[in-house]
Amino acid sequence: MSKKRGSQTYVIDSDICIKNTYTIVGPEEAQGSFKDYYDYLLEDDLWECKSYEKAEIKLHKEVIDGVLKKEYLTHNNIDCIFGGDLLNQIISSSFSAREFEVPFLGLYGACSTFGESLAVASMIMDGDNMQRTVCATSSHFGTAERQYRFPLELGTQPTPTSQWTITGAGAVLLEKNSGNFPKIKSVTIGKVVDYGIIDAANMGAAMAPAAYDTISTHLKDMNRTPDYYDLIITGDLGKYGLDLLKHFAEVDGLVTDNIFDDCGARVYTSKQNCGQGGSGAGCSAIVYSAYLHKELLAGKLHKILLVPTGALLSRLSTMQGESIPSIAHAIDIEI
Amino acid sequence: MIDKTAYSEYVNKTVPKTQELKTLLTAFITGGIICMIGEGILDLYTATLPMLAQEEIATLTTITLIFIGGFLTALGLYDKLGTIIPITGFANSIVSPAIEFNREGVFQGVMSKMFDIAGPVIVSGVTLSAIVGIIFYLIEVFA
Repeated sequence: MSKKRGSQTYVIDSDICIKNTYTIVGPEEAQGSFKDYYDYLLEDDLWECKSYEKAEIKLHKEVIDGVLKKEYLTHNNIDCIFGGDLLNQIISSSFSAREFEVPFLGLYGACSTFGESLAVASMIMDGDNMQRTVCATSSHFGTAERQYRFPLELGTQPTPTSQWTITGAGAVLLEKNSGNFPKIKSVTIGKVVDYGIIDAANMGAAMAPAAYDTISTHLKDMNRTPDYYDLIITGDLGKYGLDLLKHFAEVDGLVTDNIFDDCGARVYTSKQNCGQGGSGAGCSAIVYSAYLHKELLAGKLHKILLVPTGALLSRLSTMQGESIPSIAHAIDIEI
Repeated sequence: MIDKTAYSEYVNKTVPKTQELKTLLTAFITGGIICMIGEGILDLYTATLPMLAQEEIATLTTITLIFIGGFLTALGLYDKLGTIIPITGFANSIVSPAIEFNREGVFQGVMSKMFDIAGPVIVSGVTLSAIVGIIFYLIEVFA
């Protein structure tokens, strides 16, 4: 029987377990809402490296090592590493992968890369091709600022809709048939959606339509209502983007109260001066790996829909006056 | 699903706006303080260097403010101020990319990226002054 449901969703029949996770976060995140959940906190975001790029590569490598060490695994126990980041040519992921003698599939979906990695990895594993894989994504405030915006020391003011790029990385170990762990039950691959938002400092508004498109398609494909899930949590829409997502849902008559949330809107406390919240490829990775995974294991959550969101813009596309195409992938995780 | 037109109207209506009164006040106070510091430096130079003409003292004050802007940037303090006003902000806009791209080497990094942000201001300044110069020349010739 085909694994495809409806137009964009694939059910994962075999037991693809998220067996373990590892997170490293920067100093600002270490003050945030989930500070007690992260595995390793950095005091300095350069982490004894000569540049922020090198620090991000180190972050990416160390989270993969971290999750393997937790499970007493070595590199040759792993069939493949999946992952990506925000930098040009995804150097954080590929440069960190040169430290491992493990096959590597580099992926790019901007901040949605964590979802893309989980979707691709779980479908390949469900096809009996691989037994054990690692998915890791990272981002760094210092590298993202200089690539997408301005030098760090320039005295610019953030706009009211801007977000704060996460310094951090998260890795998860996927394993087949390993028992009572959170399992990936289905995935919905998102379409690229562009609702004409041009302001690159308002990415929540750019990504909210893509997030809603994927969520509503997932619910329709699986013939579910939002309350099937304990939590439907997007990647990095931020506070304002989350409001917009709820607006979409409410216009279509869906119940959103206590179900819809956003990793970026939650990752910092209201006392931190981080605009609309966190963003970046590391955002959904650290929030899932640190917080959501533990809540699932503790039985506080049973069924969640993780929807990492990505704004597929570049600095050049913004300069050429292009609007911001966005994407979101939905991962149905249950225990 | 809401269509694009309805969405852009909704976003325009609901998007968080800059609190103008608050930012205007902060800008007035920060800008005012920087000007007061400038005036202070000017008075100091006038008192200590009586042999210099008023114009030279004004130039010296500007140079000092540029130095302070650059120096605070190098110390990593300028961005806390968050001002992009002329003179100190101009120095900041040149020093900050220079620091940022230091890791890409002296030639490809510092030297080529230094005017990344200040470049447009310099180009338009030079172009405009050339145009104004030509106009003045033509007026002098034909008037």
